[in-house]
Amino acid sequence: MIEQPSRKFLRHVLVYAVLTLGAIVMMVPLLWTVSTSLKTRDQVSIRRLELIPDPIALENYPNLFEVQPMLRFTGNTMIIVVASLFGALVPCTLAGYAFARIPFPGRKYLFPILLATMMLPYVVRIIPLFLFFDEIGWTRTFGPLILPRLLGHNAFYIFLYRQFFRGIPDDIYDSARIDGCSEFGVWWRIFMPMSRPVLAAVSIFAFEFAWNDFLNPLIYVGSSQNLWTLALGLNALKGFEGADSSLNIVMTFSMFMIIPMLVVFYFGQKHLITGVTASGSLKG
Amino acid sequence: MQASLQAKHNSGAANWQTRLREWWFRHRSLIGFVFIAPWFAGLIIFDVMPFIYNLYLSFTDYQIGTRGAPPWIGLDNYIKIFTEDKFFSKSMYNTVYYLGFSVPLRLFLAFFIALILNLRVRGMQIYRTLFYVPSVVPLIAATVIFAGLLNTRYGMINQLFVLVGIPPVRWLSSPDWIKPSLIILSLWGFGAQMIIFLAGLQSIPQDLYEAAAIDGGGSLRRLRHITVPLMTPTIFFNLLIGVIGGFQVFLQVFVMIDTNGGPLQAGLVYMLHVYNKAFRDFEFGYAAALSVILFLIIFFFTVALVYSSNRWVYYGDEESNEA
Repeated sequence: MIEQPSRKFLRHVLVYAVLTLGAIVMMVPLLWTVSTSLKTRDQVSIRRLELIPDPIALENYPNLFEVQPMLRFTGNTMIIVVASLFGALVPCTLAGYAFARIPFPGRKYLFPILLATMMLPYVVRIIPLFLFFDEIGWTRTFGPLILPRLLGHNAFYIFLYRQFFRGIPDDIYDSARIDGCSEFGVWWRIFMPMSRPVLAAVSIFAFEFAWNDFLNPLIYVGSSQNLWTLALGLNALKGFEGADSSLNIVMTFSMFMIIPMLVVFYFGQKHLITGVTASGSLKG
Repeated sequence: MQASLQAKHNSGAANWQTRLREWWFRHRSLIGFVFIAPWFAGLIIFDVMPFIYNLYLSFTDYQIGTRGAPPWIGLDNYIKIFTEDKFFSKSMYNTVYYLGFSVPLRLFLAFFIALILNLRVRGMQIYRTLFYVPSVVPLIAATVIFAGLLNTRYGMINQLFVLVGIPPVRWLSSPDWIKPSLIILSLWGFGAQMIIFLAGLQSIPQDLYEAAAIDGGGSLRRLRHITVPLMTPTIFFNLLIGVIGGFQVFLQVFVMIDTNGGPLQAGLVYMLHVYNKAFRDFEFGYAAALSVILFLIIFFFTVALVYSSNRWVYYGDEESNEA
């Protein structure tokens, strides 16, 4: 396996060329977003390619809060995020613990059902759920958006926890039980503190899905503007072909939605990979 | 007398408590039901009941203002879908077109870049981050960004085209370019799958490659006979998730094009058709029937894929179906 130096060198150049070119293509949309978010209306409408705006219109960011009810959008979104995090951290871990550690009767029938619901597409549930929430007068409220999340209605999270909890050695569980710890005690005092990576990973997913959810807010609160989330606000602001001189504000709004996600992923990326791979979710 | 009665009473209570405690000790696993109660409530309210009710709805003519039990019309909704609804086949075609390109292309790109990053190149972490960051961008923001990038007049792509002398393309308003635009947008997010592939690649034992090197296997043969077979579970998983998600693509069209799918309905995807029927026209029964058909398609596709996986997915020596 002796390669000639020149051939090895060539391969290196090729690898870096592909990676660098690919990375540029991937980053350009984001760079363009940052650049457009810092342009004035006039600069957007000159219709010429300018990646570094001159002058840099930093005032777009404070202005965004004046032209759009950003605080209300953010507050509404955070209500959903908090419900989601609670559901992901309490009911989901409880269910994951039971499926991993408590041999309750019927467990071997309920677990396949749990897995099956992961495959159940939302499209076959969305209409009856809407009619149900409409019947009990919950449309145009946050009820339909937070109740499923508060209950931890997410089979994927439960599955991840279950896989992780199964990986915790039996000795730890047994000795805690012999010491007189109840199942709740083992869950809360032993398993939860030991599961930081998977808790962090699931929390990131929960935050991401709640932050990004579009279809549910659209259906349930789309017609009452004071309940809009950030996603609905951005959708309403987006321009159509031909009338896009406010493109700069649209991109400022986009950045406002992107930056928190970048922060979350920056601090959580380590846990994301360890948490998910340790749960062995890819092996089944 | 008084004291002895008291004592008897106490011992009775103790006896009763002991028995309860013994019963509980033997049935202590019942506590599991408390643990799963929230999930189980959600399962019934948000999965089982809606699923059954949706099936029922699809045989009725439930429209806005329907009071009481909706009129039962048997298979009429389904017959109408297959005979009269010209948007049914159109939207199905658009959806299959979209996922037929976007799912394999995404997988290929994710796998290809993960392979290169796995060559232990210097600066691998920086490249990994750069490829991954776009998939962190919320889908609504990504869609709005691409609506801007692909905008006929103010978008960067056309400005670049003009710079090098290519005539501008009406990406989002020409029927020929709507689906390619949607596919381009979907490719931007391949980083999430790339991360999963990369984690899988890094867990392949090095000694397999060393053994192959001793046997004189070239890098292409190692790829074909070691890497790809060992990665098939991950490929399978991503393929399945990609197809199930691809069938339900909605937001991108709703936000980037319009609710009708653009000119000639070139972007009318299936989920958008369901949405329009249910939440624009309020024909809930009809929309339920449409959703049942999509469910059946996804279901049969999943079954077929799982069935075929026995032939091409490598599960190693371990039992693949341990519960």
